[in-house]
Formats: sequence, structure tokens, C-alpha cells
Amino acid sequence: MTNLLEVRNLRVTFPSARGPVEVVKGISFSLGRERLGIVGESGSGKSMTGRSILKLIRSPGKVTADRLDFDGLDLLRQNDKQMRAIRGARISMIMQDPKFSLNPVMTIGAQIAEALLTHQRLGRGDIRQRVHAMLESVRIADPARVAKLYPHEVSGGMGQRVMIAMMLIPEPDLLIADEPTSALDVSVQAQVLDIIDDLVKRKGMGLIFISHDLNLVSSYCDRILVMYAGTVVEECVASELQHAKHPYTQGLLAAIPRLNEDRAELPVLDRSGWAA
Amino acid sequence: MASTRDWLLDDSPSSRLQARLGRGYRVLRSLLRNPLAVVGAIIVLGLVIMAVFAPVFATHSATAQNLSMRLMPPSADNWMGTDELGRDIWSRVVYGSQITLVILLLVAVLAAPVGLIVGAVSGYFGGWVDKVMMGITDIFLSMPKLILALAFVAALGPGIQNAIIAIAIATWPSYARIARAETITIRNSEFISAVELQGASKLRVIVAHILPLCTSSMIIRVTLDMAGIILTAAGLGFIGLGAQPPLPEWGAMISRGRSFILDQWWVATMPGFAIVIVSLGFCFLGDGLRDVLDPKHGERQ
Amino acid sequence: MTAIDIQKLDVSYGDTKVTRDIGFAVAEGESFALVGESGSGKTTVLKAIAGLARTWTGSISVFGKPRSHGIDRDFARQCQMVFQDPYGSLHPRKTVDAVLSEPLAIHGVGGDHGKRVEAMLDAVGLDRKFRFRFPHQLSGGQRQRVAIARALMLEPKLLLLDEPTSALDVSVQAEILNLLKRLRKEQGLTYLMVTHNLPVVSFLCDRLAVMRHGRVVEIADVDQLKRGALTNPYSRELIELSATPSQT
Repeated sequence: MTNLLEVRNLRVTFPSARGPVEVVKGISFSLGRERLGIVGESGSGKSMTGRSILKLIRSPGKVTADRLDFDGLDLLRQNDKQMRAIRGARISMIMQDPKFSLNPVMTIGAQIAEALLTHQRLGRGDIRQRVHAMLESVRIADPARVAKLYPHEVSGGMGQRVMIAMMLIPEPDLLIADEPTSALDVSVQAQVLDIIDDLVKRKGMGLIFISHDLNLVSSYCDRILVMYAGTVVEECVASELQHAKHPYTQGLLAAIPRLNEDRAELPVLDRSGWAA
Repeated sequence: MASTRDWLLDDSPSSRLQARLGRGYRVLRSLLRNPLAVVGAIIVLGLVIMAVFAPVFATHSATAQNLSMRLMPPSADNWMGTDELGRDIWSRVVYGSQITLVILLLVAVLAAPVGLIVGAVSGYFGGWVDKVMMGITDIFLSMPKLILALAFVAALGPGIQNAIIAIAIATWPSYARIARAETITIRNSEFISAVELQGASKLRVIVAHILPLCTSSMIIRVTLDMAGIILTAAGLGFIGLGAQPPLPEWGAMISRGRSFILDQWWVATMPGFAIVIVSLGFCFLGDGLRDVLDPKHGERQ
Repeated sequence: MTAIDIQKLDVSYGDTKVTRDIGFAVAEGESFALVGESGSGKTTVLKAIAGLARTWTGSISVFGKPRSHGIDRDFARQCQMVFQDPYGSLHPRKTVDAVLSEPLAIHGVGGDHGKRVEAMLDAVGLDRKFRFRFPHQLSGGQRQRVAIARALMLEPKLLLLDEPTSALDVSVQAEILNLLKRLRKEQGLTYLMVTHNLPVVSFLCDRLAVMRHGRVVEIADVDQLKRGALTNPYSRELIELSATPSQT
């Protein structure tokens, strides 16, 4: 079985006043139809990794890799037009804050319709039906009312569900979720994750879940990659996270306060152990 | 030289002066990376040098008439030819740069601070203070600049000082609007709340915290406006309400040259070129400054 | 001595009531948490105490003195606030030194300001080399340390903390939480902290109040939180959502 995604030696470089800076330093991983979590703090390169798969990194940033294969397609060789056909249709991305990723001057229904029409031709009545069906699939009751609202008129959780609906219309094979629940309240997070989980399972999609929340990723994904300063420092099965071997992962796990916290001081990361 | 540079670019300055100078140096370097901005800066600098050292640049007197040499085309003697009274046009353009520079500086010095303060106070206090001040501003803004300047000059009497006052009166309202918009964006920031919570007086908040953040957009706007100010001054001069003869003000020169424009084109066009080049210079510089100073573009180190 | 005593507090923004009938007390030297999700009104309570939210009814008294509805100069020396966003709470054009000496200048505090600034940098764990840097030259954790330092310059007895670590990375959060805990012990401070993160409450606080839709639904000891023994169903729901596999 060919893997859905094969990444070998991915490097992302940005120029800066002090010379080129590598934000992703030659990472490699593969993804089947499973849920992979990429965890890291800010500056770890996790978001850049997600974006480079979709070739969303524009110059002056440079992306190089030995292999970047998606379902047999060499993504490195695809030109702009071919990438446009892949983005959305075969690989989709959900971003962090629906406030910023939804167009504020279009109604929700109009935006979903636009997403629909990008990939299919449909008649008017058909569009409205599909839009309502999409909203229902992300558990929005009363889709007719919501379709007429603007993004700022709905809550964060609902905005994010609309985003998911839009991104999943063309039924992609791979979904990249970049901190999809970080801007949401705890109670809403669970709901949104449930919806993503449901859709991923039903359609047999691959999922890359990018987050800074170690615990969240370990409970939600099948496998985890821990990134630090552009490299993968740990790769493990999610259920084995407690037995992580790399000092950075162990340090992160120890530094997170617990509900039944009884330590006088939280252990602080000593980066001298592995810092480049 | 290298060590001064290092001192300026030091990541951990050891005094406020060093920190401020370092920041200014970084801004300057960013600015100089933009070729158009450099062109603009050179032109503006050229204007200043020409104005300051006018006697050095001018080949003849700006006012000496020589009726036997009237309306001569550009030549080795008269680089830009002579006008209808035999005066050397190049020398008049050079001395005219002094007038242009004085107008620009005085208008900026008069209009910008007034606009800044009115806008910042208006934006910070809100309520009826805001409504009254913006009402007054709007009254001025609702009229075209040239017409407004014209009206004031007509009331005050022709002459360069009155022209300057009139242009300044016509220009400050747009600065007030900008300062107010910036202030409204800033006033709800947490760093403003933090200093208010420390017990800072409203005066301190406005002067020490809000005004410094308005200066970037003000500098950009004033620079870009310079072109408009030059043109308004030239317009007033053209109508005869600005600088009075025999002052070599560029707009007035164009006006006198109107009658001969078909046969002796240089009389009107040469000062025209001067106006265009200086306006362009300020526009390029202003654009470059905006790229460098605008916080949205980020302060790239 | 009671540090904060709040009764029947109703805060409004314009015409909308954001909090209803809030009541709780914080003892001097205690660390108290206001817990809730967005929209619960917890930050609004903090702002009302500080004087940033002026439209409220009820009573707020701090160290025995009733609070006015606005900002008080004298109050500034008793109570200061640390904000959530380290990127927005520092003036972009002022060096760390300027930020820290300003409160001293505002209140006409005598003595060598430079020395006090350096002492404060030491106290919050910032190397003195950061003294003349601008905010954009500092990391998120460093900026938050500056914000804490700024709050402590006037030597207040009460610190209001608005989600002080939620915008920070996990490893940096640990450092800042340790710092806050240490400072409280060293200076005998009282904390009123707003947060949605229950484990942080377990680490840093003694008691907590759970807020929902503008009301206090439960007040409890942190001991009860640690044992998962809160009584209100909403509180229990929050606990469940916070619990993760690594925590048993």
C-alpha cells in the first residue's frame, strides 16, 4: 500500500538580515490513512511543514525536499495550475482562527457556495441544498438561518465548523489542521474535534493535526511527531507518549501543570541537553 | 567606522540614547535599501542644498533685468534661457528653490503639530470634545484645498507670508483626521490601559504614549503632502496671489510664461520641470518612508 | 484583613449586563482564581476592580477601602495588573528601562530610578542586558517578565492577573508560573487571577470561583479541585474537559 504522503528531507529556508535561516531542517516522515499529530512550540517549524506540503510558502521562502509525494504524485514537480487543482480538492487545510480565515464581507452561505462552485458546476437550487447539507454535516442546527449570517455574527466554534464544512466539500484525501481548536473554548473544542474525527473516519481521510498541545494530540491522534527548532526530535505512537525518550519531550510533559498538581515548582526545560 | 556600526546595531544597548540611535540607524538602513526612496532622498537633499547654497549655484542675479536679452533660448550662458524681462531663468529657478523650501517647512511646522494635537486630543477624549473638534475639522475638510487657500489669501491680502498661512490652514485638517484615526486604534490597547492604571494623567498619556505612535503616519503623510503643498503654492502664485513679483516663485514664473508658451516654451516649462521633479522626489521619499515606518509592514531588523 | 471584598456586583458594557450578582472575598496574602470560559465575565470583574470598567453597581472594596468607578492614583500604589497578551501590553516605542521607570516618574518616587530598575530586572529573572531593548527585540516570555516587573515597580500588595500565561508556550509558561509563585512568597502578595486553565489554578492558587454566563456558580478550595470534588455540574464538566490521559 503506497503511503498517502511521503516526505523526505524537507527543508524550508527564509532569507534574513543575517543570512538564510532554515526553519525546517530536513525532516522526513510518511503518512497513511491515519491521524498524525505534529507537536511543537512556536518556532518549531510545525506550521511551516504543513504549509509546505500544500506549497503555500511563497518566495522569498524556499522549500526543498528529496521527496514530497502525495498518493504517487510528485508535489515538487507540480506547477501552480496543477497545485491549484490539488489544493482543496485532494488536500485541504483548516486554520486556527475562523475570524481571520473566513471572508468577513461575505455571508457564510455565499462562501460555502463559492467553495462548492470552484470544484463543480451546480444549479441554484442544488447549491442551496448542498450548502444546507454541508452545514448539517458539521452539526449546525438551523442551517438556513446560519447560511445568511456573516462570520462576525457567529461564535468561534461555529465559525470553525463552517471552515471545516467548506474545506471538506470536495472530499479531499488529506486534511491538514493547523491548530484548529486553539482559539476555541474547552467545551467547544471537544465538539469540533469530534466532528473532524467523525468526518475523517467516515471518508477514510489522512489527517495531519498540528498543535502546541501535547496532551490534546496524544489523546486524539494515532502517531505523534514532536518538533523542536525545525527538526523532529521524537516520533512515537500516541499511546506511548508517556514513555517518550527524547529529553525535550520528557521536559515538555513534565512542565505541563496537572489538575492534581502538588509540586512546589514546575520543572523548567534545560535546553543545553540537545540544543543545536 | 565598523565599530560605530557595531555600537549602533548592538543587541543589548547600555543606554537609552544608544537604543534610540540604534533604532534610527536600522530604519535608515531599511530606507536606503529601496532604490526609489534613495532617488527621492537625493532629490530632496538636492533641493535643500540648492536652496542653502543658492548664490553658489546661480550663474546670474535672479532679479537683474536685461531687456536686450529677453526671451533668449537655453544656451551656454543662460542654461535655461531668459524670460520676458531678460532675467536668467536658471538663476531664478535656483533662488526659487529657497522660496519653495521656506513654504514647505513653514507649512509643515505650522500645520502638522496643530493637526496632531487636535486629532490626538479628539481621539483620546471622545465624547463631545471629539464631536466639536471633528466638526470644525470637517468644515475645513469639506472645501477643496486650493479654494480654501485662495479664500484666505484673498481675505488676508496677497504675499508669500499670507500664502503660507493660508496653505497651512487648508492642510492641518487632514493631519487631524489621521492623528485621530491612529489614536482611536491605539487608545484601547493594553499598553495604554497599563499606563493609565499606573495613575498617569491624561496629558502624560497623550504626549508620552499616544503622540509618539502617531508620528510615523504623520511623517509619511506630511512628506507625501509636500507635493500637494508645492502645487497649491504654485497655484496661488499662478493666480498672482502668492509670492509677488519680482520674487522668483516657480508658480508665478509659469504664470508669466503662459503668454509665450508656444514660441518661447522654456519660460514656462523650466520652472514646471522643477516643480515636477521636486514633487516626485517627495512622493518617492514618502513612499519609502511608509514602507519603512508603517508598523503593519513590520519593523524588519 | 480582607484584600478584596465584592458584593452584588453587576457590571455593564453600555446597555448589556455582563456580570450579575457577583460576590466573593479574597483574604490578604491569598491567591484566588476566577475560572470560566470566554463570555463568562471573569475579565470584566478584574477590570471593574482596576477601574477600567466604569459602569457597575454593587460594592467593591480593596484593603478595606471602597473602590471608585474609575482609576485612582493612590489605588495604583496598592494594586496593579498584568495583562494577557505580552505582545500588546508593552508600548512598542519604549525601551524596557523607560517602561519600568515610568511608574516611578508618575508618582514622583525619589532615589535612583536606574538602580531600582536593575533590581527589578534581577527580581524577575531578566538579564540586565535587556534593559535598553525594545519590545520587539524580546521573546514572549521575556515581555511577560517585563510586564510583571512593571506591575511590581510601585510595590503593590495586590496583583490582578488576566490570563498571564495563556499566550505563552508550555515551557515558557512553566517559567513564568514559577516566577509568579516565588514573587508571591517573597513579597507577601495577594493574587486575583483570571484563567480558563484549571491545572494552572491547581499550581498557583489557594481558592477559586467558577463563573458562567456572568454569574458565580461555585466557590471552592483548590484542594477540592485537585480531588475533582467540585459540586456544581458545570464545574465538574470543566474538570472533565481538562483532564487528560497523562493526568490520573
